[in-house]
Amino acid sequence: MSATLAGTAPLTAERVAERLREKFPGAAVRPVTGEAMRDVGIEVSADRLVEIATFLRDEREFEFAFLSWIAGVDWLPAEPRFEVVYGLLSLAHNARLNLRVRVPEENPRLPSVVAVWPTANWHERETYDFYGIEFTGHPDLRRILLPEDWVGWPLRKDSPLGYEEVAFTHNTPGRRLPSPDLTRLKPKKVTYRAQ
Amino acid sequence: MTLNMGPQHPSTHGVLRVALELDGETVVRCQPIIGYLHTGMEKQAEYKTYTQSIPQTDRMDYLSPLSNNLALCLAAEKLLGIEPPPRVQAIRVLLTELTRISSHCVWLGTHAIDIGAMTVFWYCFREREKVLSIYDQVCGARMTASYFRVGGLASDIPAGLLDRCQKFVDEMPAHVDEYEKLLTRNPIWLARTKDVAPLSARYAVALGASGPVLRGSGVSWDLRKAQPYSGYEQYQFDVPVGTVGDAYDRYQVRVQEMRQSTRIANQAIAKVREYGESGDYRLRDYKYVLPPKEEVKTSMEALIHHFKIVAHGFFPPKGEAYQAVEAPKGELGFYFISDGTPRPWRMKVRSPSFVNLQTLPTMVEGRLVADVIAAIGSIDIVLGEVDR
Repeated sequence: MSATLAGTAPLTAERVAERLREKFPGAAVRPVTGEAMRDVGIEVSADRLVEIATFLRDEREFEFAFLSWIAGVDWLPAEPRFEVVYGLLSLAHNARLNLRVRVPEENPRLPSVVAVWPTANWHERETYDFYGIEFTGHPDLRRILLPEDWVGWPLRKDSPLGYEEVAFTHNTPGRRLPSPDLTRLKPKKVTYRAQ
Repeated sequence: MTLNMGPQHPSTHGVLRVALELDGETVVRCQPIIGYLHTGMEKQAEYKTYTQSIPQTDRMDYLSPLSNNLALCLAAEKLLGIEPPPRVQAIRVLLTELTRISSHCVWLGTHAIDIGAMTVFWYCFREREKVLSIYDQVCGARMTASYFRVGGLASDIPAGLLDRCQKFVDEMPAHVDEYEKLLTRNPIWLARTKDVAPLSARYAVALGASGPVLRGSGVSWDLRKAQPYSGYEQYQFDVPVGTVGDAYDRYQVRVQEMRQSTRIANQAIAKVREYGESGDYRLRDYKYVLPPKEEVKTSMEALIHHFKIVAHGFFPPKGEAYQAVEAPKGELGFYFISDGTPRPWRMKVRSPSFVNLQTLPTMVEGRLVADVIAAIGSIDIVLGEVDR
């Protein structure tokens, strides 16, 4: 996929990072690269998120006017535990950029970008619904896909799939050899996290 | 007055519930309430291999299963850094364009029946039936196709399929003429769709609308042109766009898209014929793709690969990839995060219906309650995809 800006070099994470550092001195900006990182990604800190988002939307060089998606990620057991990825799309320059923000486990919250991209409204509600990440300044932060009285955050890694896994030797800790006494095998218990 | 529309209401196209605050016949506030079909597909995907998630995608936008299959496979292929053979790409293009036609047929039929035009529905379902029986011949399923695989197809296309597709593609433009004859200049249709549920280009972009909803508002943006995948850059086709972004423009865009899809399908059939009616239907990279069955029976190597892939699934590198396709409803994307194991650490689905539905309040607030039905029909949502 070609990601080129009009008449200039292809969009790279380094170039976006450089422009952001110029514009926001002191802000933590880190290009996210890796062997199999197939998209252009850039990590910023939560405190400058709204300013940086507005800049990326309005700056002639980028014009990321289209927010395509928002994805929450639970990196358990890493710290900070959560990450929110904003999939930006520039219709003017035909380029994509993943804007990423890490969120700590304690009191997970982020400033809302609904004022920058109105489409973020439902995406942020979905992320809240799945991960329990609060978006401060969101006009209407409620669960969207799950019932209002649902307890827990289903896409967190410590939330069970919904049924107990059948205990086999390969997935039961402490059991490496088949045992004739199957009643002693206990599946791994996973507990719900209270709301 | 607050009026509750749905979730059991035929014009909500499934289980959409809309809470409408009314002042007489005027909508003051419109609030879509969704989630009735939520099945946690993103959560389930974290417990499945990439291949095991393919049948799940059939159940998202169940009117265009192959587009969903394609989006998942392309995202996984991007993550793995592989590309299927050109013959496979041409078959994929052919089948997904037929999918687009059948999806638009269902949209047109149900949209028309919502507004009171009964006949179009029967015509559209007649053509959709033909596409479904093509699916049936290809993979044995009429709706839940699950035909594409990472790196190729589940099996080769059956003999005689191309002739059958060619016959359908040759007949289709005349059928589109039939639909247009019934609707395009029909005064009742015009009255119910012209200037109804308008969405300006500015709002469409701000609200993240994609597909025919975005193009209906006059933004010429089609991922098949802008960010081509599966060799779309080799096909000749136009991107129809609207002007004012009302329900009629969206109707026009989709009807013209059906014509363009037949054009693309025509070229794809020629391409597949060029590569051979039977031939390679999978990449020969046995780290990621199942080896052919004959080889499994004769070669030890192949048997080992077969066993490894079936037992564990393939091991993608540690990394991430987002890949979007232009599905009949709009930008359908899959975002995979891999931790190096055969199961994705995270699978995010960017579903066009979910995002497009968000434009409904903008379209209907301050307008009449009867227009809400036309608006929902013109957005073209499938609740399986909205709720996932």
